[in-house]
Amino acid sequence: MNGAFAIEARGLTKRFGDLVAVSQLDLDVPRGEIYGFLGPNGSGKSTTIRMLCGLLMPSDGKALVLDTEVPGDARRLKPRIGYMTQKFSLFGDMTVLENLQFIAEIYSYPRRERAGRIRELLERYGLQEQRTQLAGTMSGGQKQRLALACAVLHRPELLLLDEPTSAVDPQSRRDFWAALFRLAESGTTILVSTHYMDEAERCHRLAILDHGVKVADGTPAELQANTGMHVVEVVAKDPYHAQGAISEIPEVASVTQLGVRLRVLVPETHEDPTGVVDRALRAAGLDAEVSLSSATREDVFVAVTLQPRRRAAA
Amino acid sequence: MKSMSRILAILQKEVRQLRRDRLTFGMVVGLPILQMLLFGYAINTDVRNLKTAIADQANTHLSRQFVAELAQTQVIDIVATADSPQQLETLLREGAISIGVHIPHDFDRRTVDRNRAASHLLVDGSDPTVLGVANQLRSMPFGFDAVNGTRANPRTIEVRPYYNPERRTPVNIVPGLMGVILTMTMILFTAVAIVRERERGNLELLINTPVSSAELMIGKVVPYILIGMLQIALILGVGRLLFDVPVRGSVIDLYLAAFAFIAANLALGLFISTAARTQFQAMQMTVFVLLPSILLSGFMFPFEGMPRVAQWLGEALPNTHFIRLTRGIMLREASIGDLYKDLAYLLGFALVAMTGAALRFTKRLD
Repeated sequence: MNGAFAIEARGLTKRFGDLVAVSQLDLDVPRGEIYGFLGPNGSGKSTTIRMLCGLLMPSDGKALVLDTEVPGDARRLKPRIGYMTQKFSLFGDMTVLENLQFIAEIYSYPRRERAGRIRELLERYGLQEQRTQLAGTMSGGQKQRLALACAVLHRPELLLLDEPTSAVDPQSRRDFWAALFRLAESGTTILVSTHYMDEAERCHRLAILDHGVKVADGTPAELQANTGMHVVEVVAKDPYHAQGAISEIPEVASVTQLGVRLRVLVPETHEDPTGVVDRALRAAGLDAEVSLSSATREDVFVAVTLQPRRRAAA
Repeated sequence: MKSMSRILAILQKEVRQLRRDRLTFGMVVGLPILQMLLFGYAINTDVRNLKTAIADQANTHLSRQFVAELAQTQVIDIVATADSPQQLETLLREGAISIGVHIPHDFDRRTVDRNRAASHLLVDGSDPTVLGVANQLRSMPFGFDAVNGTRANPRTIEVRPYYNPERRTPVNIVPGLMGVILTMTMILFTAVAIVRERERGNLELLINTPVSSAELMIGKVVPYILIGMLQIALILGVGRLLFDVPVRGSVIDLYLAAFAFIAANLALGLFISTAARTQFQAMQMTVFVLLPSILLSGFMFPFEGMPRVAQWLGEALPNTHFIRLTRGIMLREASIGDLYKDLAYLLGFALVAMTGAALRFTKRLD
């Protein structure tokens, strides 16, 4: 009865006037997986999520979410999805318990099981002590846990999370991800957007968005293996001038400085990536160590978001 | 069934939030009382105790009786005496008095002479209200027991005000004020209530739940209907207690009219909320409706005296019709059946505004 994918989108496009926020997006999110949306601010992550849950009307294309056509049957879909907004959107002038009770009633959660379910959530997300505290007075991490508790209260099959960790500290982020894995294990499909590389790496599968275009997708390992780039690492005494010299080389796609090290991306088609960098530095009279390295997730991100320009240059 | 419990959930949430929002809660109760006191006491068109000086050059039995009768009206308050009309003019110019009464030497003879005025009122005409009062004084009948025993001045026009025989302003103001206060609070509360949720992001959460637009709107509006009813009780109570404003007609009729009026205002508030992006915009739009509701509804100025275009505008405002209803029911003992046209307009207005709001409010963000 159920297809293999929780979300199948084809040619999803959203225009705001002249601005194309999302362009021709194809997406296949397998059931029961955590699927990440990685991209900088303004890359179309939120817009895509909002189209998938029927909040925004796509300008073009369509999507099948939990075998339900979007846009169209969004109303039938609502009880089956959970959505956590980027900004805290629960009621700050109501207590934690009141917020949960309100959500339970809105979703018509069976009355008899309501109290038990709320107690379970309070415990699982560590909100037992904040039960009677006004939601607006809680810390960022607590608010985020409450938002997650409210989003999963009605046991949705699909959870859409829009940059859930953008306002919390690293410890809360770790706890949050532990909670997500637990949800995924129990069969919930999760679509989560983020601009943190380390979070993206935790996903089973991810798509990288740049300026509304999907520039890459796959498992983190696949993406790391298929950057299409050699990574050359340069350790220089004078990284500033070294960076200048390397950027002059026409074959180099990008140079990023990390402390005294420079990460240089050279297209895979190039036969001697270290040589070309080494020669350029020598010609500039700069002393440096040049070696071949393997791609980190940061490199992956830089490589894929560079692709349009590289293609144009080639 | 599910729909009902969702509406109840939203309703309960609204009441809960309202209870915790001290400012709004204070406005519900404080605003009507404050306005009642302000309008009831400060806006007073029944003029009394105008500062007056008398220049009695006759100083006869008759002239002294005339002055005494004038003073009895309480319209004037004699604060000074003068020797000549010139001195009265000086006092007027200085602003020491608003009215100067000049009684010439031959006052007794003049009272029986139809061609000459017996006395002169020197009036500060810069305030039209004062001038109007002076004109009223002129037509006041004075019963002089003249030497020959006949009534000196024939009875001039006698004014008999109906429905408000004492000509007290609050009796006229309070029924209208009810409309003004409800216009202000009802439109503002609903408009702000929805826009605030949009601003805080609550709406993005709500429209992603199974709640429908209609459920959301009903849940949000019902508490304010109750608040409106409460405000009416408050205004009527204060009006009764402090200004002795009667309800001559049926209270049930009055509440029926109020229900239609509240519905019209709430619908308008909802409509505004679909157009406003911020709470500040919602407030601006409310003022945009409120000002004509005060000025063009017949609350401040008699409707019949307004220019044609202003009347058309006024005719469109719910408050105009509500004021007709309340004045009719409270002062003229009219029944709601006598005023069915105004009631029908209010209900029609509510229906149109509500439909407009529901059409504009989509469960989407774009």
